[in-house]
Amino acid sequence: MASLVKLAKSTLRPGIRAISTSLPSASSEVPACGYAFELNDEQKEIQSLARKFTAEEIIPKAAEYDKTMEYPWPIVKKAWEVGLINNHIPSHCGGMNQGIFDGCLIAEELAYGCTGIKTAIEASGLGQTPVIIAGNKEQQKKYLGRLIDEPLVAAYCVTEPGAGSDVNGVKTRAEKKGDEWVINGQKMWITNGGVANWYFVLARTNPDPKASASKAFTGFIVERETPGVTPGRKEINMGQRCSDTRGITFEDVRVPKENVLIGEGAGFKIAMGAFDKTRPPVASGATGLAQRALDEATKYALERKAFGVPIAFHQAVAFMLADMAIGVETSRLAWMKSAWEVDQGRRNSYYASIAKALAGDVANKCASDAVQIFGGNGFNSEYPVEKLMRDAKIYQIYEGTAQIQRLIISRAIIDMAKAKA
Amino acid sequence: MARVLVGVKRVIDYAVKIRVKPDKSGVVTEGVKHSMNPFDEIAVEEAVRMKEKKLAAEIIAVSCGPAQSQETLRTALAMGVDKAIHVEVTGKDLETLQPIHISKILAKLAQDEKADLVIVGKQAIDDDCNQTAQMTAALLDWPQGTFASKIEQSDGSLTIVREIDGGLETVKVKTPAVISADLRLNEPRYATLPNIMKAKKKPLKKVTPKDLGVEIKSHYDVVSVEDPPVRQAGSVLPDVDSLVAKLKEGGFV
Repeated sequence: MASLVKLAKSTLRPGIRAISTSLPSASSEVPACGYAFELNDEQKEIQSLARKFTAEEIIPKAAEYDKTMEYPWPIVKKAWEVGLINNHIPSHCGGMNQGIFDGCLIAEELAYGCTGIKTAIEASGLGQTPVIIAGNKEQQKKYLGRLIDEPLVAAYCVTEPGAGSDVNGVKTRAEKKGDEWVINGQKMWITNGGVANWYFVLARTNPDPKASASKAFTGFIVERETPGVTPGRKEINMGQRCSDTRGITFEDVRVPKENVLIGEGAGFKIAMGAFDKTRPPVASGATGLAQRALDEATKYALERKAFGVPIAFHQAVAFMLADMAIGVETSRLAWMKSAWEVDQGRRNSYYASIAKALAGDVANKCASDAVQIFGGNGFNSEYPVEKLMRDAKIYQIYEGTAQIQRLIISRAIIDMAKAKA
Repeated sequence: MARVLVGVKRVIDYAVKIRVKPDKSGVVTEGVKHSMNPFDEIAVEEAVRMKEKKLAAEIIAVSCGPAQSQETLRTALAMGVDKAIHVEVTGKDLETLQPIHISKILAKLAQDEKADLVIVGKQAIDDDCNQTAQMTAALLDWPQGTFASKIEQSDGSLTIVREIDGGLETVKVKTPAVISADLRLNEPRYATLPNIMKAKKKPLKKVTPKDLGVEIKSHYDVVSVEDPPVRQAGSVLPDVDSLVAKLKEGGFV
């Protein structure tokens, strides 16, 4: 392998990462002392594969994709070939039926390389999750099987121009006409919107405004090629620029009744249930970014000299690195706990929200501190950290804003307190 | 179709900064990232490609070392090797393990497993010995093609292009033979995730050198291990005449 030739690029990974091998296991066997903080051998290999792929395929091209903002199809295709994508698809469709924990391990590694590329890959997983948790066997075979056969991606269509956090405010409507449903409406900020082969779409099927949210919506699988589906222009965002984000217009889009997930009125629960499985990977992605910020800042701080010594030896900088490390280690533990919980078959919403909220905040702080440590160089596009800062912001917004996460957590605390009383 | 034996070694990862132990007895290996020797990855890749072209029937990977060598073997299995043999060597024996012992082990296994081809990396990146392939061939009395950058198979023989100091040398050898893989032979594949999961089910046998009738007796003692001397600063000279004068002074001209 040209690994010897790529020796120079390896200087990105100082000993810090090589030592951080203490990680929880997803096994449901409880060892004699209780909790385990070690990956099993297969997980170590999977992590190793993801790390190698990132170092060789993602890191060298990340800056270029950020500039051109082109969807990273070559990398998505390679990841598909190697098996780093579509991991949660059930085995009856030909999938690997992997748990959320292992998926998060991969996500953190890919995010370390570039969160834009990682999001392009992960968003397909988000679109698939409703079908994985609520699809019947035929739907799963058809739509998930398709993603196994070819390097295609899916997308999750819930957000609208007028409704983000308040899913109850979704106005896209679906009306039953014979054996079909006709969807009309406007979605916005749909990741993979322009490149997906099919969408999970949430639409209001009960027009009564007083109807309870948990019964008023239905989840549909909509093929991209259906007449009436029009993705808008590619949106230019602050960061994660190569990820494809668009508005999508639905004009009299006809969807067969076979494409309804579970049944009429079940949509809200499916859409929310998906998050229990997709928030841990988002948290792990944010952790990957934070780790990258820490590694880059440490490397720079050992090279840059001021007042006679490398700046890493000035306490002001050293303490910033320490605080970044505190953030990284704790976000990692948080995503691992939340991923492990859902893999045990338990409801993990409380932990998933904690992990996502923490990791998003940590990623932003670490990226900002990394720019600070780089000083004037940090503000400049020739150095890697300004991209991290631009990429980090969305982690406090998508997949449930930082504020919504706190709402979920506080409600859970109150529920737990009431249950004890 | 050929049965192929591939030797793989667990070495300190190429990206790690090597540090010498304070007692000068060796380098620090505790807690340091290890992986498969890059030239051995190339050897495994070549064997797997032969299998895909239906030139090889079964590939067996062998590694000599401590328990962790099994990780290296599992990587080989994930790349497409059919079964693995771990020759366990630990403790003092591990410290004195040398290419001559490996060659004896590989030679014995090649005979036991009825191999037609033995492929190894040209050298390990930790000791840079470049001896195992050659000695294994000698012990088996088989022809060898070392520093291979291209291998072509035809009935009962192999045409091997070797990268040597003077350029490229092409040799033709009859099988069974021993090959050592050089950098440009191929570019190793990623072990895909489904293959990593399947590798768990592939057979991995553990034996000891004693089981194979090989004695791990050290033939030399390592006296000390030190860092190379720190590079001295150079000096910038104003013109060619001073350069020539300085060279004459130093006795180089």
